[in-house]
Amino acid sequence: MSDKELYQEFIIELYKNPLNFGTIENAEFKAEMYNPTCGDRVVIYLKVKDNKVVDAKHDGKGCAISQASASLFTEYIKGKTVEEVLKLGKNDILGLIKIDLSKNPTRIRCALLPLDALKKALKNE
Amino acid sequence: MYDVDKIRQDFPILKELVNGKPLVYLDSAATSQKPNQVIDVVSDFYKKFNANVARGLHKLGEEATRQYEEVRFKTKDFINAKNEKEILFVKNTTEAANLIMFGWGMKNIKEGDKIVTTIMEHHSNFVPWQQLAKMKKARFEVIDIDEQGKLKENELDKIKGAKFVAVTAVSNVLGTVNDVKKICKLCRDTGAVSFVDGAQSVPSMKTDVRDIGCDFFAFSGHKMLAPFGTGVLYGKEEILESMDPFLYGSEMIRKVTVDEATWNDLPHRFEAGTPIVAETIGLGAAIDYLRKIGMDNIKRHKEEITAYALKRLAEMKGIKIIGPKNAGERGGLVAFELEKVHPHDIAAILDDSGIAIRSGHHCAMPLHLRLNIPASSRASFHLYTKKEEIDALVKGLEKVKMIFGA
Repeated sequence: MSDKELYQEFIIELYKNPLNFGTIENAEFKAEMYNPTCGDRVVIYLKVKDNKVVDAKHDGKGCAISQASASLFTEYIKGKTVEEVLKLGKNDILGLIKIDLSKNPTRIRCALLPLDALKKALKNE
Repeated sequence: MYDVDKIRQDFPILKELVNGKPLVYLDSAATSQKPNQVIDVVSDFYKKFNANVARGLHKLGEEATRQYEEVRFKTKDFINAKNEKEILFVKNTTEAANLIMFGWGMKNIKEGDKIVTTIMEHHSNFVPWQQLAKMKKARFEVIDIDEQGKLKENELDKIKGAKFVAVTAVSNVLGTVNDVKKICKLCRDTGAVSFVDGAQSVPSMKTDVRDIGCDFFAFSGHKMLAPFGTGVLYGKEEILESMDPFLYGSEMIRKVTVDEATWNDLPHRFEAGTPIVAETIGLGAAIDYLRKIGMDNIKRHKEEITAYALKRLAEMKGIKIIGPKNAGERGGLVAFELEKVHPHDIAAILDDSGIAIRSGHHCAMPLHLRLNIPASSRASFHLYTKKEEIDALVKGLEKVKMIFGA
């Protein structure tokens, strides 16, 4: 894939100015995930009220793809029920980033890191 | 006269296109490319000599055994071991470290003993000792680095009273060349057994294990133009003699009854199972190739390329070089950070221009934690690397900066 397709402007923009970046004190759910191939780290925080995600934030350090994915993902899950969030899979998150990573299997792992962290958080309750 | 263009003719892969662009291969510290002289020897073996070694009494079996065992002698000369019994064929440096850990460490390390390594080690020369210390309730001490990425002089005192010391000859991230001769002297003075990881040094400079004065030394064939799956563990004969086998079966057996088994002589005692025959014969061809060019010439060439890379990268705004600034104190690699851009993104954008570098923690997480960075980018060189490829890297990095507005 050409880097023009991979590094679209909105990805770079989200990398520089991420959405929902930071921590939530007293978060009901929290988990940290590492990507062993590159050392990327994503921490997801969730505030849940009446079984609904009322706030979501992410923290850590990573590449443009994992950071953009964390921004879009935390935004997407706000207002959803815990069950709805648990049902989200690979294709949902790849649909959010809207770039074709099918030829970049190692980068798919970057994109999925926030999802893995979230699932870990919700299962840890 | 060192003719890099002529050398490149021997490496067919260097003519390949990647993403439609000529390959610029700057990841030789991960694995080197292979010359025709090595590829052909491996393919010839399968076409003309293929047979199992040390078993068949037929012609092919004998010829395969002769070619395979000849590599042991070549290797002995290449690193100046005392005799061929000190040369054990293993899969890679990682297996060599594990062989020491299970064959020597489990038997000799006791509760309270001190094991010493350094913060710049590859996981393969760190985790086995960390785990051995845990299993045996031994002390595990780690020598720190200074601001330049060299081992701290005063921390070498940790070697005093140690039972075992493991250190790399050249760091695969910092590039730092350690004074392993001095470290092994400190080990001898205190009675510690020493292991030197030569994975990055053997492809870059002349190796003389007796001059270094180490007890164990290991390296991987695939980083020195040889096929994957080939590697060498050198061990002093008297230490190897005292060790227990690590893997059981086949070649390492002398006699087995229902109740008992006894072991073959060195070096076969540590080579269980059918070995990696064709590829090891390829390792012999790689040694021939390196010796023909000359390790001193290769060292000089890599130093020249490293110096050029250091200079070009230092000129770029936003680039921070990791490790010693002087090419003379380095192996043939340069790791760096580019301000505000993650190494993964750098590698992906360079890849689009056909440039292969490594990004990540390079199997050296303790070092990256110590440097307080999650990952880094690394360009590494070999006897076939051209200055023009460094220019391509710089141009590629300019493009990365443009895309990221860095």
